[in-house]
Amino acid sequence: MSTLTTQDTFEALLESAPQNFSELRAAGKAIYHSLGLPAAKEEEYKFTAITKKLEKTISDFRAASPFSISENQIKESLFKGFDGHVLVFSNGKFLPELSQSIEGIEISTLDIEVAEVGSIAKAEKDVFAALNQASFAGGISIKVPKKVQVEKPILLLSFNQANEGQVIIPRYWIEVGDFAEVTFMDQSIALGESPYFVNKVVEVKGGINSQINYFRLQDEGNQVLEVSNIETDVQADARFTSVNISVSGDMVRNNLSLNLLGSNCEGNMYGIYLLNGKSHVDNHTNVDHTIPHAESNELYKGIFDGQSRGVFNGKIFVRQDAQKTNAFQQNNNVLLSEDAIVNTKPQLEIWADDVKCSHGCTVGQLDEEALFYLQARGIDKTLAKGLLLYAFVGEVLEKIEDESFKNHVVELIQKRLGSKF
Amino acid sequence: MSKDNQILEEFTSKEYEHGWSVNYEADEAPIGLNEEIIRWISAKKEEPEWLLEWRLKAFRTWKSMNEPEWANVHYPKVDFQKLRYYSAPKQTKKPKSLDEVDPELLAIYERLGISLNEQKRLQGIAVDAVLDSVSVATTFKDTLGKLGIIFCSFSEAVKEHPDLVKKYLGSVVPMTDNYYAALNSAVFSDGSFCYIPKGVRCPMELSTYFRINAANTGQFERTLIVAEEESYVSYLEGCTAPQRDENQLHAAVVEIYAAAHAEVKYSTVQNWFPGDKEGKGGIYNFVTKRGICAGDHSKISWTQVETGSAVTWKYPSCILKGDHSVGEFYSVAVTNNMQQADTGTKMIHIGKNTKSRIVSKGISAGKSQNSYRGQVQVMKRATNARNFSQCDSLLMGDRCGAHTFPYIDIQNPTAKVEHEATTSKIGEDQIFYCNQRGIDTEDAVALIVNGYAKEVLNQLPMEFAVEAQKLLALTLEGSVG
Repeated sequence: MSTLTTQDTFEALLESAPQNFSELRAAGKAIYHSLGLPAAKEEEYKFTAITKKLEKTISDFRAASPFSISENQIKESLFKGFDGHVLVFSNGKFLPELSQSIEGIEISTLDIEVAEVGSIAKAEKDVFAALNQASFAGGISIKVPKKVQVEKPILLLSFNQANEGQVIIPRYWIEVGDFAEVTFMDQSIALGESPYFVNKVVEVKGGINSQINYFRLQDEGNQVLEVSNIETDVQADARFTSVNISVSGDMVRNNLSLNLLGSNCEGNMYGIYLLNGKSHVDNHTNVDHTIPHAESNELYKGIFDGQSRGVFNGKIFVRQDAQKTNAFQQNNNVLLSEDAIVNTKPQLEIWADDVKCSHGCTVGQLDEEALFYLQARGIDKTLAKGLLLYAFVGEVLEKIEDESFKNHVVELIQKRLGSKF
Repeated sequence: MSKDNQILEEFTSKEYEHGWSVNYEADEAPIGLNEEIIRWISAKKEEPEWLLEWRLKAFRTWKSMNEPEWANVHYPKVDFQKLRYYSAPKQTKKPKSLDEVDPELLAIYERLGISLNEQKRLQGIAVDAVLDSVSVATTFKDTLGKLGIIFCSFSEAVKEHPDLVKKYLGSVVPMTDNYYAALNSAVFSDGSFCYIPKGVRCPMELSTYFRINAANTGQFERTLIVAEEESYVSYLEGCTAPQRDENQLHAAVVEIYAAAHAEVKYSTVQNWFPGDKEGKGGIYNFVTKRGICAGDHSKISWTQVETGSAVTWKYPSCILKGDHSVGEFYSVAVTNNMQQADTGTKMIHIGKNTKSRIVSKGISAGKSQNSYRGQVQVMKRATNARNFSQCDSLLMGDRCGAHTFPYIDIQNPTAKVEHEATTSKIGEDQIFYCNQRGIDTEDAVALIVNGYAKEVLNQLPMEFAVEAQKLLALTLEGSVG
């Protein structure tokens, strides 16, 4: 294969993009062309050489086409004890016929033009957001009207598989009205062993006093390349909580941005990465405090084994008008093996003076004394280690408010840590 | 509020204390930069062939490099062709002792409060004074000489100790290291050279005092400190410049080499002209400082108090190569009015059981921007590396900014790295508490700021600590509002 140039790689994909959203797509395409794919050592992608990885792994840069999914496949994929609504996607395309309609909520494919798409996850910010904007096909629009409280969680269940093309471009537009409440879960299932590239954009627009949870599990296997841009706008008194669990992936980059636009709103970003093998996960988070009296909390915990690599870049941006901001950020990492690498960069950019902002980050290993203490009480080393690591990530697990999702994650983690307790 | 405004006004109208300049006869290079100028400087300084080659090589590399733009500072670009790269007070021959130094030059240093004459009498600090491009006087040379310590101007070192210079020059900061280091390598005019032989503990503080006097002149000095095995030295650096409307460039390089069991302590109080309250004029301070703990159990400690300069771009770093070596970085950076500072450190852990500690205190007032940018890197081989970083920012006024960019790159599972940072403003309750006890707001702020910066100021040698405290109070006077 020829060397990737910043221009040609996704040209075929852009050519075959659907006809709707023509203005939006044209704008996205222009931005994509002007930004180009990240060059080696580019600050934003310094430790995640995605361009090189794409070149090496993906051979066909056309869109993977949707395929049929059976009821059984869906049933088998649900978490144990899951009680909620399921929306099904096949290679990024929303399949209404397999999905449940939810009372009081407007759900449609993104074939119909929604005016505000692209207004939150701005294409200028990231070249992959621009690429998605130019080429997405068959996304979803979910609108939770004012004052509607969706009691059961909504699972966004994606089935991905490379076929003639290897690029999957999901796009979700989520609008939550004033005083509405909703919980989303986002999970993807990989079918087949061949590698594919997911370029995902999720836009969430939260109204006044809305309560939104977005729980995401990334466990598609080690053949997956992914760049996701999840961006949220929230208004006054609203609360947005994101929990992102990454347990596998060849190279995964998550751009999670949160714009706090109304006073007294709260944004929470939590995450766990538990990696082994050659997995590479890069979490870039960005909280933008634009108004006074808002609060943000961030906690990411990483455990790295094998030759895995974890990158964390957390940015808290406090604008001049955002007085009385409270912003906290923490990133803790444990390295278990000689070959694991951690790059972390917690960043504060503060332009207002009456604020309380802090960040902390640590890289270390298990406390030998705690390990000894447990062993002295007859708990074998593997189990003791697992127990301590489980406790380490426990702080994040507590933030998951849905039992079935939490149990599923706990099970995954315990299995990975080689101990059940 | 009106009282605050009044105080603020008083303060901002305060002139930079060291803003005067003196007319003296100077030997100057023509304006501009090309190979001819470099040859001219080299010839002027009667340098050996190898050094000229080295300069030219650096210049050629520099031409192919781009000015770094990643720092969080914004300023009109420097036109390198409009600068003068060499300016020296005219002296017919090099003075042998202070008595022969032009009294006018000595008077300059008297005005700065650094009496070179007095130094002769008072035991304490040996000073190498650098005016514009050249070293004018070095005190206490003989006393130091008896111990085998070499402390002299860089050009003198080139002539008298060429082997040492050749061996260590560029060994810590290669000429191709970065844009400004390459520029400095090409055109550096003078600086200080210090060599502490094996097993010697330097009995006094060594000090360099830099001053830019001439207009449109860049100052490019180079400091090289070599500490042989089991030696110890504490080194001080101070700087001022006259008040001028146009921006001046200061691009220095400091290299420190510490052999096994050696300890080097480097303290800076930087008070270059920061520009006026509208941000007009001031020094661009683009400095590369790096030390290498080459031997086992060696230690390098950087302490800096940064109060001046319009734009600061400075990252004193430690390469911890020897096993059990220790790197420290203590910094107080104060910015006021339109000042911008992007400063921090790099700790590169290579050896086993290496330790580093970073304490950075930023204080921003007025419309200034203060950034901490640091890197802690633990290489694969660096078992049991330990780092602790603390970066606090204090904000005064609602038009200023404080930013933190710490990079932490870990490749060894036994590393223990901690980083924490906080940003906040001076607590109103703290000020209220002081007011209640009859301490006015101005003094209360000075008190709180000094307490806040104490951890760093404590690291400074006595004489500097007093000066630094005064400087802090002065820089921030009236900036509360």
